[in-house]
Amino acid sequence: MKASYGKLMMWYFLLSDAFTFAGFLIGYGALRFSMPNWPVPEKVFNKFPFTGEANLPLIFVTFMTFVLLASSFTMMRAVQEGHNENRKGVINWMLLTIIGGFTFLGCQAWEWTTLIAKEYTSIHVNPFGRMTEDGIFLNADGSEGEAFEAGYSYLIHNINAHAGGHGEEATADHGEAAVSHSHPGDYPDALIDEDGYIHRKFKVTSGVDAGQVKSAPFGPKAFGALFFFITGFHGFHVFSGVLFLTIILINVISGIYVARKNGYEMVEKIGLYWHFVDLVWVFVFLVYYLL
Amino acid sequence: MAHDHEAGKKLALKTILILGAITITEVLVALTGKGYIISGFHLAEAILAIIMIAMSAYKAYLIVFEFMHMRHEVKGLRFSVLLPMLLLVWAVIAFFSEGNHWLHNRDQIIQKNEQVPTVKTIKPVGD
Repeated sequence: MKASYGKLMMWYFLLSDAFTFAGFLIGYGALRFSMPNWPVPEKVFNKFPFTGEANLPLIFVTFMTFVLLASSFTMMRAVQEGHNENRKGVINWMLLTIIGGFTFLGCQAWEWTTLIAKEYTSIHVNPFGRMTEDGIFLNADGSEGEAFEAGYSYLIHNINAHAGGHGEEATADHGEAAVSHSHPGDYPDALIDEDGYIHRKFKVTSGVDAGQVKSAPFGPKAFGALFFFITGFHGFHVFSGVLFLTIILINVISGIYVARKNGYEMVEKIGLYWHFVDLVWVFVFLVYYLL
Repeated sequence: MAHDHEAGKKLALKTILILGAITITEVLVALTGKGYIISGFHLAEAILAIIMIAMSAYKAYLIVFEFMHMRHEVKGLRFSVLLPMLLLVWAVIAFFSEGNHWLHNRDQIIQKNEQVPTVKTIKPVGD
C-alpha cells in the first residue's frame, strides 16, 4: 500500500502547522517562566454558562474538550463509512462532526465574551494577577483588613462591569471584599484609574518594601494577547475546518465521490485536518488550562 | 471487509472512551493537586506537571496513531512526519531555560533601569 499524493501533502501541511502552533505555545511557556506574577489558570477560567458567579474551575473548558473529542470520533466514523462506500453513513457522521465544530465555536465565543465584556480583559490589559509579596488589604476608612500571602491570585474589577456602571458595588470575587466607589480617583482603599479599573490598596508586610502602601498592579500584559491569539488561531482553524467539512459534505451529497471509487479519500483528507485541530487543542488545554 | 469494518467501529469507540477517561482524570488530578477537592491537600507543581504532560502525550499518541490512522501508513510517511517533531524537544528546553533566566535577571534589569544615566557631554566639532 502506498500513500497517495494528496494524503502525503495533507500530512506535510499539518506538520508545518504543528510547528506554527508549537512556536506559539513555546513562546507562551518562555514568557510564563519569565514572570513571577503569571495568573493562575483555574482562577481565570472558572465560569460556566447560566451559573452566574459560581466558582467552577476548569469545568467549562473540560466540556469544550469533550465536544471536540466527540467530533473527532464522529469524523473517524465518517472516514470508516467512506472506506465502506456507504454514502448515507458518511453524510450522517459528517453532519454530526459539523454540529460538534459549531458547538465548540459557540463555547469559545461565550468564553471570550465573559473575559472581554465582564472581566475587561483585552490584548493589552490583563486584570488577572498574583501578588509577589505578603500584605494586608486596606479598608475604606484606612484601617487594615484582610491579609494575604505572596502568590495570592486576584482580579482587578472594573467599575463599569455592572449594569449602569454607576452607584453600584463591584461584587466580591476571588475572595475579595467589595469596593464601593464608582468614580475614578485615589481612595484610602483603592486607586481607580481613568478606565475604571479598581486597583485595591494594600500594605506590604514582607521583603524590602515592607511597610509601604501599594495598589495592586495589572497582571502580565502578555497573558491576554497570548490567550486571544493562541485560542483565536485555534478557533480560526476550527472555523475553517467547519467550512471545508461543509464543502466536502455537499460534494458527498452530490455523489461525485461515488464515481471516483477511491473509498472517499477526500473525506479522509479533511478528516486528517479535523483530527489535527483536536490534537492542537490537547496541547492548548495542557499549557493554558491544566498547568 | 465486513469484519474489518466491525473492528474499526470498535476501535473508534474504544479510543474515544480512553481519551475521555484520560481527560477526566487530568482535570481531577489538576483540581486535587491544587487543593480544590480535598481541602488542604496539595501536590508539588513539578509532579503535577509531569503527570499532566505524560497524560497529554498519551492522548496525542492516540489521536495521531488511531484517529489519524498513522499506525497503518507506510514507513516513509510515518518517519518523515514524526522525526522532524523531535526538533521541538530542543526548542522547548532552550526557550524554557531562557525564560527562567529572564526571571532571575529581573531584579538586575529593574536596578539598571532605575540608575540615573550618566551622559557624557561631547564638545561639538569646531567649537
